[in-house]
Amino acid sequence: MAVLCLAEVAGGAVALDATAKAVSASAKLGDVTLLVCGAAGDEAAKLAGVSRVLVTEDAAYAHGLAENLAALIVSLAGDYAHITAPATTTGKNVLPRVAALLDVMVLTDVTSVVDADTFQRPIYAGNAIQTVRSKDEKKVITFRTSTFEAAGQTGSAAVEATAGAGDTGLSAFVEDKVAESDRPELTSAKIVVSGGRGVGSEEDFAIIEKLADKLGAAVGASRAAVDSGFAPNDWQVGQTGKVVAPELYIACGISGAIQHLAGMKDSKVIVAINKDEEAPIFQVADFGLVADLFQAVPELTEKL
Amino acid sequence: MKVLVPVKRVIDYNVKVRVKGDGTGVDLANVKMSMNPFDEIAVEEAIRLKEAGVASEVVVVSIGEKKAVDTLRNALAMGADRGILVTEDQGVEIEPLAVAKILAKVVAEEAPELVILGKQAIDNDMNATGQMLAALLGWGQATFASEVLISEGKAVVTREVDGGLQTISVGLPAIVTTDLRLNEPRYASLPNIMKAKKKPLDEKTAADYGVDTTPRLTVVKTEEPAAREAGIKVGSVDELIAKLKEGGLV
Ligand SMILES: Cc1cc2nc3c(=O)[nH]c(=O)nc-3n(C[C@H](O)[C@H](O)[C@H](O)COP(=O)(O)OP(=O)(O)OC[C@H]3O[C@@H](n4cnc5c(N)ncnc54)[C@H](O)[C@@H]3O)c2cc1C
Ligand SMILES: Cc1cc2nc3c(=O)[nH]c(=O)nc-3n(C[C@H](O)[C@H](O)[C@H](O)COP(=O)(O)OP(=O)(O)OC[C@H]3O[C@@H](n4cnc5c(N)ncnc54)[C@H](O)[C@@H]3O)c2cc1C
Repeated sequence: MAVLCLAEVAGGAVALDATAKAVSASAKLGDVTLLVCGAAGDEAAKLAGVSRVLVTEDAAYAHGLAENLAALIVSLAGDYAHITAPATTTGKNVLPRVAALLDVMVLTDVTSVVDADTFQRPIYAGNAIQTVRSKDEKKVITFRTSTFEAAGQTGSAAVEATAGAGDTGLSAFVEDKVAESDRPELTSAKIVVSGGRGVGSEEDFAIIEKLADKLGAAVGASRAAVDSGFAPNDWQVGQTGKVVAPELYIACGISGAIQHLAGMKDSKVIVAINKDEEAPIFQVADFGLVADLFQAVPELTEKL
Repeated sequence: MKVLVPVKRVIDYNVKVRVKGDGTGVDLANVKMSMNPFDEIAVEEAIRLKEAGVASEVVVVSIGEKKAVDTLRNALAMGADRGILVTEDQGVEIEPLAVAKILAKVVAEEAPELVILGKQAIDNDMNATGQMLAALLGWGQATFASEVLISEGKAVVTREVDGGLQTISVGLPAIVTTDLRLNEPRYASLPNIMKAKKKPLDEKTAADYGVDTTPRLTVVKTEEPAAREAGIKVGSVDELIAKLKEGGLV
């Protein structure tokens, strides 16, 4: 059966990493039609598993407004057994709305496809993994991107234009405050260096950023660091922030609360630098260094 | 303007959750339960709108077992005016779609201009109910809010999104879901906890609303996640670098 997958669009272009991961998850369910709204579809057409790309550059979709996107997806839904998206803030915003319009349940943050009706998803901040089977005729699913490999770029799907479903007029875009950065994107970076409350101030967060830049890494933060104003909200890793699974995660001055672990414990290798040897983060760290981060982090940056 | 705030009773966020040995779910016997943290933020926001003279009444509603009455009393002690408890006694919990359908009926009766929900409940982490309710009502939605301004029949909402912050404007009536940095919820004072006991609280059942709550999803099993193997402590930065090089990580 066919799958309709909503491509992730950011800054007027398809966000290839998140989209490629959702495509590889979707391809386990059937032929994938990729829906690209507000961007060109040529790059995405190369993703393996995609058999067709539908593109609309209608202004109604330029900013990912949920009401307009949901209306469009519902208008196309008839031909598909599964409707999917990466579990980005856009996917999380739009797909539950689509599900309710279709009178079906939504399955969010799915980490594994068991069969066409059965899926796994984490609950309680990842402290339990639930296997759920859906009885609905259509399944509406968001995939946690950190648990799926990206689809390769070996395909060559046909790109077709599709008419929009119009502007619902229910909401309007005002402005974006997007942080410009040359660093890799947090959710797809190979290495992530994160700072917590232990870093102490926005100024001192520079030592975390220096280490990250030396390693070509993305920068993350605990909620405490974000709430204290040391770091912007889009750096937050955790149950209610971003979920990351890099090759290497370096946690500096982070205690290891379950809500933080929920966002990083699937990293391949975890390093913790904390002055308290009892900190729970050491229970998940492959390499723990009990030290003052103000000495250890600059030393690490210098010696690497 | 009336504001409706749905609040959910969940396991307290400090409790370490244990999966039942037989794989049927999570052990909830004798664990501390609290109001979902995002819902405390929603209640706080509604009360602030009332204090600012923007909202006239704050109504809280919870769907669940009888004990959810504690969660409602807590919201009333924070400053909400009135509570509605919708009990569902089938023993099964209700899915977000059914919760949203019941809430849609409550909205039809109460006619609020704004419904503020938590962005996600920390037990099931579904992050769905607000968006589903917006769809059923045909209303606009502003999810993951970190700032809400109400004026001239609109809500101008700043949202926490992957790339940073996005500001949108939604015509009222509308749905807002709260993110962590919208506000810092107040604690209920003892006199307010006493006063809350006298505030009106209606009791209904899901059947009163004629909503079919039959689950669409069946839980096949619930398991512990794979545990990480315990690692080692290194004695110095040099030793750490050696280990990382050994693993080809740097
Ligand atoms: C509903 C809800 C959702 C949440 N979601 C998230 C989430 O998504 N992500 C998240 O991270 N948290 C989340 N939290 C918060 C979480 O519970 C913790 O409060 C938070 O993760 C703590 O951050 P921290 O480790 O930086 O701070 P702390 O727990 O205060 O730890 C600071 C650590 O720094 C160490 N330290 C201090 N100084 C130094 C030094 N000089 N050198 C070395 N080490 C030092 C200390 O020993 C300590 O271990 C959530 C909480 C709730 C209620
Ligand atoms: C077959 C099945 C078995 C289940 N078994 C269990 C179980 O054993 N244990 C368990 O804890 N859960 C179980 N659930 C899940 C339970 O039904 C959830 O409460 C429901 O799915 C809501 O999801 P959520 O809490 O993640 O909602 P979210 O969409 O994350 O909630 C967002 C917001 O919606 C509002 N909201 C959500 N629910 C309510 C409510 N009931 N009343 C008022 N406001 C609300 C709140 O404002 C909340 O912040 C089961 C679900 C199914 C389908």
